[in-house]
Amino acid sequence: MAPNAVLPPTAATSSMERFAELLDALIFTPSRNGKLRLMVEFFAAVGDPDRGWALAALTGELAFREAKPQQIRALAASRVDPELLGWSYDFVGDLAETVSLVWPTRPGANRVPELGEIVEGLASASRGDVGALLERWLDTLDATGRWALLKLVTGGLRVGVSARLAKVALAELGNVEPAAIEEIWHGIDPPYTALFAWLAGEGARPETGDRPSFHPLMLANPLEIEDLPKLDPRDYRAEWKWDGIRVQLVGRKGERRMYSRTGDDIGKGFPDVVEQIAEDVVLDGELLVQRDGEVAPFNDLQQRLNRKLVTPAMLRDYPAWVRLYDILSEGGEDLRALPFVERRLRLEAWYAAAVRPRFDLSPLIPFDAWNELEALREGARERSIEGLMLKRADSVYVAGRPKGPWFKWKRGALTLDTVLMYAQRGHGKRSSFYSDYTFGAWRGDELVPVGKAYSGFTDEELLRLDKWVRNNTTNRFGPVREVTPSLVLEIAFDSVSRSTRHKSGLAMRFPRVHRIRWDKPHREADTVETLEKLLT
Amino acid sequence: MQLTAPKPESWLKIVPEGIYCVPGDFHIDPSSSAKRALVTHGHGDHARPGNRQVLATEGTLAIMRARFGEEAGGTLQPASYGEVIRIGDVDVTFVPAGHVLGSAQIVMDYRGSRVVVSGDYKRRPDATCRPFEPQRCDVFVTEATFGLPVFRHPPDAHEIARLLHSLRLYPDRCQVVGVYALGKCQRLLMMLRRAGYDEPVYLHGALIALCDLYTQHGIDLGPLLSATGVARDELKGRIVLAPPGATADRWARRLPDPVVGMASGWMRVRQRAKALGVELPLVISDHADWDELLQTLTDTGAPEIWVTHGREEALIHQAQAMGLTARALSLVGFEEEED
Repeated sequence: MAPNAVLPPTAATSSMERFAELLDALIFTPSRNGKLRLMVEFFAAVGDPDRGWALAALTGELAFREAKPQQIRALAASRVDPELLGWSYDFVGDLAETVSLVWPTRPGANRVPELGEIVEGLASASRGDVGALLERWLDTLDATGRWALLKLVTGGLRVGVSARLAKVALAELGNVEPAAIEEIWHGIDPPYTALFAWLAGEGARPETGDRPSFHPLMLANPLEIEDLPKLDPRDYRAEWKWDGIRVQLVGRKGERRMYSRTGDDIGKGFPDVVEQIAEDVVLDGELLVQRDGEVAPFNDLQQRLNRKLVTPAMLRDYPAWVRLYDILSEGGEDLRALPFVERRLRLEAWYAAAVRPRFDLSPLIPFDAWNELEALREGARERSIEGLMLKRADSVYVAGRPKGPWFKWKRGALTLDTVLMYAQRGHGKRSSFYSDYTFGAWRGDELVPVGKAYSGFTDEELLRLDKWVRNNTTNRFGPVREVTPSLVLEIAFDSVSRSTRHKSGLAMRFPRVHRIRWDKPHREADTVETLEKLLT
Repeated sequence: MQLTAPKPESWLKIVPEGIYCVPGDFHIDPSSSAKRALVTHGHGDHARPGNRQVLATEGTLAIMRARFGEEAGGTLQPASYGEVIRIGDVDVTFVPAGHVLGSAQIVMDYRGSRVVVSGDYKRRPDATCRPFEPQRCDVFVTEATFGLPVFRHPPDAHEIARLLHSLRLYPDRCQVVGVYALGKCQRLLMMLRRAGYDEPVYLHGALIALCDLYTQHGIDLGPLLSATGVARDELKGRIVLAPPGATADRWARRLPDPVVGMASGWMRVRQRAKALGVELPLVISDHADWDELLQTLTDTGAPEIWVTHGREEALIHQAQAMGLTARALSLVGFEEEED
């Protein structure tokens, strides 16, 4: 048999078994491409509606009453000697995995269920029925299937796949742009039969109708300084680049949404902003925390991100705002085909038409020549500003990152000379390399760790760093090596803020290795005090 | 057991070197050199160099000679499976254990009392060695490497199918699978051949000698090539076997974007596999899993169980629940991670 001959993946026949094998493979696959390949293969091989339910599970769109860990544990204790169960749990450390492994198989169990049967069964089950359903399914599945089932019913698969990545896999499957999927995503529902039909070329692209769907974002390219003289300043408009997160606000027939740049609905965490979306409109802007008209540090915004519940105290202490810079649709009229300057006028008119609490406008910066902007950018040390944005006056709004119409021009990075203290093995292609570096700065005679970096160097430099780490190891802790503190790494970073999570009390944003100072004596590296002076 | 038969603990003692048979004046798998050593199998935590006299199967002796050379022992005496050998007042028989080539249980009969020291063993089929033969006995001495009910190895064919699936999924990468040089390596090769894979398999240098030894013992492992000095592109879409320590180290950099696999019973627990950076965990073990351990306790009919090493606590608890007498020997020197 040739190595590339087509083999059935395994003996799995039910969609639930296939789904379990997919999750199992995803959890062990570090690379993005590998994960995509696994998902594409799965979606191509499994039929409707089960692949749609799998997609909903991967993107976090399934809704049913989740089982509690105590319930799972009690179920296992009814079938397994409690002493053995306890030792097993101590050894494995994860409840779903322990129960999936110790579950005693029952010969002559029923046939293995399809994923769709499980999802529909859970959706219609009353609280009291879930235990009996689970027990019946656990009896039919193998260990991997049981593990996947328990992950599914306890909520949160955590297999290292974002909703965005799942959509990219769909795009590959159907040979379409990811934006084409993102655009309709919030207008369609599991099990997505029409979506898969369209991707297979067997149907039209699903209509989203009057749903408040996501409009894929237009993104900017970094400005290469040598390109600047080729650009005519009269063609461009400039804005500040704000240090928040990009969001899209959508109002449609009374429904309101806040989407992240990847099209995730994050509105639940920001009711203070979402409730202010009054009419049918699609707005593009920067989510910030503001107090008394002042933008708070990014750290303050982070307090509000990724929260399931927002407390009144959070709403009071970290009030969210959106600083608007574009309008994509108004009153049901799609404005994306208009040039930037015209959209800007529409945005200003919309803003002026009513009192707009929680919104303000990102101002345009007047300029005539590039050197004026260069000076502004250099001076931009204010904490809320990351640099400048340049947008062509005639640019229409298109999804993705087209070359030319929009540029981001970040302010210069900060740098600090630090000393390499620990190195950790990387993952995937880098698993044989010590590629993650913890570095420190001086506080008196003591080196205090101030950050961690795993990028910024070339492959050749990585080889040399790896060799240096191996030759200068003083201690090992699993995948981590402590090294003789003698190598100076010049670290570039965007900003530094206070943090209680680090011993130094400081946290850098986007630290990366700027230069390896093979030449510099480690005693001449910078101090924690120097870093503190850069606090914003 | 006859009424007059001596109690097993009166003639089989636990000493710092391991298990010592008083009326035969010999040790089994001694952890340091002994006058007379009976060796169950060739793994390094059971077979050690420097014993004055060694009694083991021909396969085990060959492995010891290959590994230790001159240090394999003063005199090396082969024991055939099933042959009764009188040592002092004890009748000794080597019986297949199904673990690796040459592996044996050691059956001791002394004045009507019978003890079986099983060494390491498994119950599922292995084309590289003779299958485990259960022996009725008074005391069964067992390992408990996988003595927890979380360890239930899936069918071997299922795991091999996963390896072949990964090979098909990534034609531009190679599959590097971490295997122990003795036993696991050759068994995995045989499983691939039985699954119809007859392409050459590439070997890390540390695996070649024992593969040759297996071949000399009549086990046809199919086409094998050294992975050393092979162009990177040639290894795309190929299977490479290497010792576990080499798969994520500098040696592996010669491989084209390898999918790192590992064949071990420990791969059953995801956190362990993930901590090792394994991308393709294959649950393939040469040790009995939980169900095999319990099946074996039943098959030997032994009223008393001694547990040498591993997760003794759970197995003893279960044996007692089955109405057996059970105790831990707490032998030291056996490798926790070895499988």
